[in-house]
Amino acid sequence: MSLSSVTTEVVDPIPGAEAPHLPQQPDLVQLLTPEGERVEHPEYSLSISDDELRGLYRDLVLVRRWDVEATALQRQGELGIWASLLGQEAAQIGAGRALQPDDMAFPTYREHGVAWTRGVDPLDVISLFRGVDNGGWDPVATHFNLYTVVIGAQTLHATGYAMGVQRDGAETAVLAFLGDGATSQGEVNESMIWAASFSAPVVFFCQNNQYAISVPLERQSRVPLYQRAAGFGFPGVRVDGNDVLAVLAVTRAALAAAREGQGPTFIEAFTYRMGAHTTSDDPTRYRLASELEEWKLRDPIARLKVHLSRSGIADHHFFDSVERAADELATRIRSGTVEMPDPPATAMFDSVYAEQTPHLAQQRAAFVAYHESFEGGER
Amino acid sequence: MSTETLTIGKALNLGLRRAMEDDAKVVLMGEDIGRLGGVFRITDGLQKDFGEDRVVDTPLAEAGILGTAVGLAMRGYRPVCEIQFDGFVFPAYNQIVTQVAKIHARSRGKLAMPIVIRIPFGGGIGAVEHHSESPEAYFAHTAGLKVVAVSNPVDAYWGIQQAIAHPDPIVFLEPKRRYWEKAAVDTDATPDPLFASRVVRGGDDVTVLAYGPMVKTVLQAAEAVAEEGRSLEVIDLRTLSPLDLDPVFESVRRTGRCVVVHEAPVTLGLGAEIAARVTETCFYSLEAPVLRVGGYDTPYPPAKLEEEYLPDLDRVLDAVDRAMGF
Repeated sequence: MSLSSVTTEVVDPIPGAEAPHLPQQPDLVQLLTPEGERVEHPEYSLSISDDELRGLYRDLVLVRRWDVEATALQRQGELGIWASLLGQEAAQIGAGRALQPDDMAFPTYREHGVAWTRGVDPLDVISLFRGVDNGGWDPVATHFNLYTVVIGAQTLHATGYAMGVQRDGAETAVLAFLGDGATSQGEVNESMIWAASFSAPVVFFCQNNQYAISVPLERQSRVPLYQRAAGFGFPGVRVDGNDVLAVLAVTRAALAAAREGQGPTFIEAFTYRMGAHTTSDDPTRYRLASELEEWKLRDPIARLKVHLSRSGIADHHFFDSVERAADELATRIRSGTVEMPDPPATAMFDSVYAEQTPHLAQQRAAFVAYHESFEGGER
Repeated sequence: MSTETLTIGKALNLGLRRAMEDDAKVVLMGEDIGRLGGVFRITDGLQKDFGEDRVVDTPLAEAGILGTAVGLAMRGYRPVCEIQFDGFVFPAYNQIVTQVAKIHARSRGKLAMPIVIRIPFGGGIGAVEHHSESPEAYFAHTAGLKVVAVSNPVDAYWGIQQAIAHPDPIVFLEPKRRYWEKAAVDTDATPDPLFASRVVRGGDDVTVLAYGPMVKTVLQAAEAVAEEGRSLEVIDLRTLSPLDLDPVFESVRRTGRCVVVHEAPVTLGLGAEIAARVTETCFYSLEAPVLRVGGYDTPYPPAKLEEEYLPDLDRVLDAVDRAMGF
């Protein structure tokens, strides 16, 4: 690819980019404006190669395609439910790409983008939403914990894991994901108290996507979420969650501080859930279409595309190749999903305990005998 | 052979010490367990000898204790969590039931949860509300947990070590009103398995089942009726989940009568499950329905009424009489 010939080429400008934007928030760390302009921040700089920039773009496009495909698969009855990350790609890719290999991430149930950065096979994540598994991947090998569905419970696991890191004397950081709704949970507040008291190497990464299903942020907090950190005694920072570069820079800095023994940081990634909470949700009942339109102007992928294009870092050939990769991924996800076998029925008995109990072994045997009592498998 | 006379409390203390010596990954966590040594002094002296990283005075937050224990276990540690009193386990209930109990299954065995949750349980100490409860049924009802209850210093000394070495999460119930009961403990002996019930007194007329603090009460009842020529077989259940009922079935087939005794309310308590299983398994041997003696279906009453609430020798014997009357 010849880059010199495309330095002035601008592809796909953001639709409606001429419209006025919401007022800028002075406390929002931003390195890439919604219009795709690269800006500097006094505290957070980012040195990043062109290859890495193209890699981030590729990540963003592929996880969005994965997400779109999964939503379609749910609509076609292949998945029980899907929790879409639409609009939150930059927050998740930026945070995930800030992790070192030995760092450990503790997701909620929406961090498909982070899963992607940890090398988790999308089909393993899909297996949870298809209902063939309650987990789906190896959390030890991937350094990516299984999804936790009870809101906020994983922030304590992350903090405890970080306490283990301290006892091991390891230079490892832990990244705990949570949403804006989770900040109201007692356990999340406990986790921040613990992290502060023990100066644990954990970073709390809160994707404030403005809604806890239907309930807006105003019901969770009277103050901006990042300001809560001060009450716990550690730094809080608000970053533009739709700016993958700013998220990467801020998260890298927080993880580095944690590894160096400076304790926790709270990051509020200010973003927006452009889709429904899950495929079972209907956001038209609780938010205005105009709000979604405003946030479309801040789309995380469009702004990076403009930047890559304007700065000559990428051209049509690159964007086309990413689209082809996305198509291939979607095809693989689709065929892998519809061909995914159900687990054997006895699987539910087999991992309840590390050391099986006689009682459960008896139940399992009775279950098998019951099914075998039907000739030819008929019930 | 090294035999010492120990209280249940001291036996637990020594058992914890030995477990910590045996495995550097054992970490004790709880409220006031460090400098103070716990409100019952079960961890007395351990922080001094093992340091603040292994005997952790935690913030005052039970969900925090269990939730961080999950993370420590994921990192390869073996947390032993002290819940100060039975009634304070409920803030941690979410973590215990939705996380501790399910993570092994969720991960299809890739993540073990070798967590011990020590809970001083039961009444009889004249305490205020929330300090006298018997929450075992909540945990025995939850797949993924194991539940044991000790009744004597020997089981306390060995049981806590066996529980800590075990790969699954265990709710370890300590009979708080019996902490000061003494017995000779041979610290070189080969202990009985953790998940096994034990016949603690042989007899022919009625099989009486108990665990934790009620074992002593039932043994006293057996002693009392022996003078009248009535013979009770007493079984200390020891493990509440999984239940080890083969010795119970064997006993009931001989006696034809069974009484289950616990402090917890009878409705949907352990006695209900045991009665069902004994009935299913020993139906043709039974001379009487399985009877339950337990707390009433009320909140644990104020201390001045707890003697009326808790099963005692007379209520056990009343049930024995009723079983014999069929």
